[in-house]
Amino acid sequence: MSVVVLVEVEEGRASLVSRETLAFARSLGAGDLHAVVVGAAPEAVLADCREAGVAVLHEASDPALERYAAAAWAAVVEAAGRAARADLVVAPGTGRGNEVLAHVAARRGLRMAANVVAVESLSPLVVQRQVVGGAALERATVPSRVRLLSMAGHAVDPTPADTPGEARVQPLAVALDAKDLRAQVVRVERRERGDSSGLAAAKVVVGAGRGAGGPDGFAAVDALAQRLGGAVGVSRVVTSLGWRPHHEQVGQTGSRIAPDLYLACGISGSIQHWAGCASSRTIIAVNTDADAPMVTKADYAVIGDMHEVLPAVLEELG
Amino acid sequence: MTNVLVCVKRVPDPTGEVVLTADGLRVDGRFAGYTTSAHEEAAVALAVQVAEPSGGTVTVLSVGSEDSLEQVRAGIAVGATDGVLVEADADLLGPADVAEAVAQAVGARADAGTTYDLVLLGNDAADTGDFQVGVRLAYLLDRPVVAGVQTVAVEGDVATLHAEGPEGTEVYEVALPAVATVLEGGVAPKYPSVMGRMRAKKAEVERMTWSGTPGGSGREALSVPEAPPSQVTVLGEGPTAAPALVAVLRELKVVHA
Ligand SMILES: Cc1cc2nc3c(=O)[nH]c(=O)nc-3n(C[C@H](O)[C@H](O)[C@H](O)COP(=O)(O)OP(=O)(O)OC[C@H]3O[C@@H](n4cnc5c(N)ncnc54)[C@H](O)[C@@H]3O)c2cc1C
Repeated sequence: MSVVVLVEVEEGRASLVSRETLAFARSLGAGDLHAVVVGAAPEAVLADCREAGVAVLHEASDPALERYAAAAWAAVVEAAGRAARADLVVAPGTGRGNEVLAHVAARRGLRMAANVVAVESLSPLVVQRQVVGGAALERATVPSRVRLLSMAGHAVDPTPADTPGEARVQPLAVALDAKDLRAQVVRVERRERGDSSGLAAAKVVVGAGRGAGGPDGFAAVDALAQRLGGAVGVSRVVTSLGWRPHHEQVGQTGSRIAPDLYLACGISGSIQHWAGCASSRTIIAVNTDADAPMVTKADYAVIGDMHEVLPAVLEELG
Repeated sequence: MTNVLVCVKRVPDPTGEVVLTADGLRVDGRFAGYTTSAHEEAAVALAVQVAEPSGGTVTVLSVGSEDSLEQVRAGIAVGATDGVLVEADADLLGPADVAEAVAQAVGARADAGTTYDLVLLGNDAADTGDFQVGVRLAYLLDRPVVAGVQTVAVEGDVATLHAEGPEGTEVYEVALPAVATVLEGGVAPKYPSVMGRMRAKKAEVERMTWSGTPGGSGREALSVPEAPPSQVTVLGEGPTAAPALVAVLRELKVVHA
């Protein structure tokens, strides 16, 4: 039995969720661990795969794959699955991972389980997966011969393997159909650097919710994020009111973050927001309401008005 | 003229506390209430935006019980033209079943003379979060599909769609007819006017039944993880707590220089 993991490359490395997914796939003890990347794997990705215990790294470098097309990526994953004789294919539970896996499922008439946090048994495959935005867990059976599952972000630590893998690079020939490329990215409008594009990977996130009071209520939040070298994250209320752009939203329908520190100011901590920040190592809440869920779930809290507390913190930091 | 079909799902209000039914198989929405998934509210708003200027139509479709009529009518109240209810016990259906039921409805409407240039769905439902109905539907209809889109514009036979990717906004141009799954964020959801509500009450909703055999979702049980007891250390009240907070920041080594 062997497992294939789709590895997404971010800034030249295997993305954090991909490394978590590799660690998770390895922990299943299912047999050989294979990885597949689209495009030539940079040296750091090879190193990440070796560290994760990958035996074979399938690499698909067809120039037609340069611009993202989910169906073409699915063809790559299928080809890797065949090459590895895989009976389990795992993707990171990102927008891209879920989309590609859904294509594989549709093309092959297979079941797919999204946002898995644990595997109870491999044969038959029984999984625990997050539903209702992480507020509930579902126990489900996946009765296909080849099993497809995506892994919820931050459900496991990206621990290295006891024995590193060889990560032998194997070029993958993929026969692409014209249909595989009919929904392909034609261009990318790149984000400006420093505009929170790094939210998901940030070590520090300073968050603000309705308590910010309006679009002008973010000055101290921005300043503190900058002072701590971090990113700004907001609640959905903030984006729906148009105070800040959607790509800064943390939560079920925003980014999932896993910083060392999340400083959540004027955010109540609803389940949907919590789904995106629960993996933060330390949470500090600043809130006027001592009973707000964000406060009771936090490690540390300051009870008070963020518009008074944050300027005092900035002053204290000098 | 662009005709758009939008698929919406009735879900237990996900902002409320999650309470399970006695058999532990479903979320009990009787207390928190029911709503349309947030992504699908955005999909309805996008559909109206696309269809209106071209004099096209927007049909809202839901696969579910009689109660799902409420979600279909909510779509009509904010500008959709008509509705379809594919009657089924949604809890028995898995994502592949729902895709088949929608595909069958698209086929039936085409036979009756209405073809859809664009089918919009939510990227993932607020309750089951399966991430696959739209993609499966596209394969059944043999159409291109783009997932996670936030804006849609149609010109002639081409749709331009924007989706957030890892490096920025990814732009797609696909030939119609096509399928897209929508993520909230690119368009504000619409609120019904009094006129809209009146129109929705009276609007015709076509009923269909799906003739397939459900494969189901594989669900065996649901559970709600218990909240761990609060371990919070309160550092103080108001600005006087700033030194204690900064001491914690230093301890966490997130303060440089
Ligand atoms: C399908 C669905 C998906 C969703 N996805 C998301 C998501 O991805 N992310 C998300 O965040 N939400 C999401 N939500 C919305 C979520 O349910 C909440 O409505 C939202 O998170 C609340 O935002 P908030 O905490 O900023 O506002 P509120 O709940 O209004 O809380 C404001 C908090 O600020 C405190 N406060 C007020 N003034 C001050 C002040 N001056 N100083 C300090 N504290 C103050 C208050 O005590 C309160 O605790 C989703 C909802 C649905 C239905």
